Amino acid sequence: MLNYILSRILTFIPTFVGVTLISFGFIRVLPGDPIIVMAGERGMSDARYAELSAQYGFDQPLYKQFWDYLTGVVQGDLGNSFVTKRPVWDEFFALFPATLELSICAMLFALALGLPAGVIAAVNRGKFFDRALMSTALIGYSMPIFWWALLLIIVFSGNLQWTPVSGRIDLLYYFPDPTGFMLIDSLASGQSGAFKSAVRHLILPTIVLGTIPLAVIARQTRSAMLEVLGEDYIRTARAKGLSTGRINGIHALRNALIPVITVIGLSVGTLLAGAILTETIFSWPGIGKWMVDSIFRRDYPVVQGGLLLIAVMVMVVNLTVDMLYGVINPKIRKR
Amino acid sequence: MSIKTTLATGMLLATVGTSAMAQSLVYCSEGSPEGFDPALYTSGTTFDASSHPVYNRLSEFKVGTTETVPGLAESWEVSEDGLSVTFNLRQGVSFHSNADFTPTRDFNADDVIFTFDRQGNSENPYNQVSGGSWEYYSSMSMPELVSSIEKVDDYTVKFNLTRTEAPFIANMAMDFASIVSKEYADAMMEAGTPEMVNQAPIGTGPFTFQAYQKDAVIRYLRNDNYWGDPAKVESLIFAITPDASVRYQKVQAGECHVMAYPNPADVADMQSAEDIVVMEQEGLNVGYLAYNTQMPPFDNANVRKALNMSIDKQAIIDVVFQGSGEIAKNPIPPTMWSYDENTVDDEYNPEAAMEMLAAEGVEDLELKIWAMPVQRPYNPNARRMAELMQEDFSKVGVDVEIVSYEWGEYLERSSDVDRDGAVLLGWTGDNGDPDNFLAVLLGCDGVGGSNRAQWCNEEFDAVIQEAKTLSSQEERTALYEEAQAIFKDQAPWATIAHSVVFMTMRPEVEGYVVHPLGGHIFNQVGLSE
Repeated sequence: MLNYILSRILTFIPTFVGVTLISFGFIRVLPGDPIIVMAGERGMSDARYAELSAQYGFDQPLYKQFWDYLTGVVQGDLGNSFVTKRPVWDEFFALFPATLELSICAMLFALALGLPAGVIAAVNRGKFFDRALMSTALIGYSMPIFWWALLLIIVFSGNLQWTPVSGRIDLLYYFPDPTGFMLIDSLASGQSGAFKSAVRHLILPTIVLGTIPLAVIARQTRSAMLEVLGEDYIRTARAKGLSTGRINGIHALRNALIPVITVIGLSVGTLLAGAILTETIFSWPGIGKWMVDSIFRRDYPVVQGGLLLIAVMVMVVNLTVDMLYGVINPKIRKR
Repeated sequence: MSIKTTLATGMLLATVGTSAMAQSLVYCSEGSPEGFDPALYTSGTTFDASSHPVYNRLSEFKVGTTETVPGLAESWEVSEDGLSVTFNLRQGVSFHSNADFTPTRDFNADDVIFTFDRQGNSENPYNQVSGGSWEYYSSMSMPELVSSIEKVDDYTVKFNLTRTEAPFIANMAMDFASIVSKEYADAMMEAGTPEMVNQAPIGTGPFTFQAYQKDAVIRYLRNDNYWGDPAKVESLIFAITPDASVRYQKVQAGECHVMAYPNPADVADMQSAEDIVVMEQEGLNVGYLAYNTQMPPFDNANVRKALNMSIDKQAIIDVVFQGSGEIAKNPIPPTMWSYDENTVDDEYNPEAAMEMLAAEGVEDLELKIWAMPVQRPYNPNARRMAELMQEDFSKVGVDVEIVSYEWGEYLERSSDVDRDGAVLLGWTGDNGDPDNFLAVLLGCDGVGGSNRAQWCNEEFDAVIQEAKTLSSQEERTALYEEAQAIFKDQAPWATIAHSVVFMTMRPEVEGYVVHPLGGHIFNQVGLSE
């Protein structure tokens, strides 16, 4: 197992260099000069342009710029944002807890509903429940996030006034946020009602961000369960007279989980992509909106650094998922 | 903001609870500020969060007007030759304090000199701090204009200029000229954290900065030692809400008191809602179509005028601005002094336009219209505008191709002297001075740059250059009216529209004034019980 982990970690290195190169190249391939964008309609003199070019290192050849960037990255320096002038590293870690908190909640929501929905659909294959659940999953998967979010806001925040419109917590509450996770910080603050407010603010964004993973997990669980339910050992279990609950819950679901976990791992990318729209609509101060704004402003250091950090996160999550295979399926662990 | 202050204020708010909230004004802002040192940035979002609540300037724009009034300078004198301006500073003005800094002295001449020296002097230790790009200082030509700044005494500062510059006092009221504390800057430099000047601002303004969480919230408290009229609310909160529909929902739900930039499509609904107040004012902007006056046949003023007569501007206002704009006939907006009411706009008359084109011998004309890829206050949908113009021009036999580029490319390529085609663009004023429109956008110096019509008319240029040297607003007005007449006669642009700015708020908000320069200012805004 240790060798397996080490070999997986070693594959990180070329991936890391590759991601660094892609993130460096991606933003530069896009048309648009960050200095011109910064100057806007106002424009600037050639002398001022040359001065700023030199300041940002754009007067250097591309390979030199990449080398400087790479050596910076290795030393933990991702550069400073052109716009806010603050270190990319500081900005990312100030915003990332909000995205992580939302993504975890969305994933838990998707799992809590998606797994049972998939199991129920599989054991009722072809019946009403199966069709209803799978049609709903298809709708959920196809729903444009911005439309779904606005619909929920209008109904639950506007008309019914059950949930707040946006933000992470009521503005009434104000306390230090050492972890950046609002649920934890609000509990730690000891202010009455703060935690409840944080939970209420999480409900709609969680549903919106969790909808697509929920649909994917439900469909994947259903198809994996169907495959397993057709196996000989399930028939044997039935013949032995085991209860349906035990067969489905223990024998079938555990074996059906491997492909489902793969999907969960891959959903991390989807979650981060979905977070961009969800965060914008719900004024959620995470990295999604930060990245989009930076692309439009051609804020090279933020786009490069942000992409790199996100890629590392996705790699770490997928590594963790691979480790989990071993926990669920001892055959993989022994290999 | 250190954890210490955050904790202390947090505990204070926790104990004060709901009663404190009753005195809090919540503004749903459209985005995060880039930072809190206004001289480093150029966006209105940043100025709303920094220069307006936290800082003051030597002169100030009277809220709701473009008129300059005394600020941190009680008065000023311009020398007879116009080459020096002496400011007499207000005494007894104290800077804010925070957990890391408590001022030991009041505001004085050293702060004024430091404010400008760090922007213009590369030897100043703060010149390169926080990225050190002083774009406004540079784009307002301050490095060329100011030859030196002298401290006459602790409360008198003299600016020596290289030329007479009538808009100088208005420039001093602009956001980049916000006065920062030299004592604070020195203390932060000594502590090894000079960037704190940008991150935890210390000013003399009506609100003190309390805390900021990027993309979420900015908090301010009333400055009880403010030298002017104190703010009407105890605290000011910016709830950062980028989506306009969500901002509106928040105002309706009572989560915000005021919001800016509503969706044009929502305005009618807002105006008919009982518990929502909508204020409106023409923005200090202009949207235009600039021909390349150096390329035939657009070097012929009659051809340009004929094209202008083919554009149905009312249809553009209805469709593109959805009513939230008005037809522009001059290159400066009607809220600006010297705007010439008597200008007669080109009549929409396709038949006459066709005849004019034929009289000039122009046949089978082809024209590229450049449509901006971004939304701007002066042009909410350039693509749609270009399509409407394409249809209008086709009626007079002009074949239009619409082109667009990524925004940075667009700005760069549209400046080229040999650009092929007419470009849709616009401008939002900086300081309420007509020179800021006419010289920047139409002066000979701007050819190949911000003068997208590439239009250099000697007569026009002489008039605006002369106006710049006069201090009498009356005399300047006469010259600017003359300039507007030349502009209308020569038609380097088709002036399209001035957008209308809407502010949406709850009925309990009192005293809000829409500022023509576009800022959102809450110094004198209160809440009724």
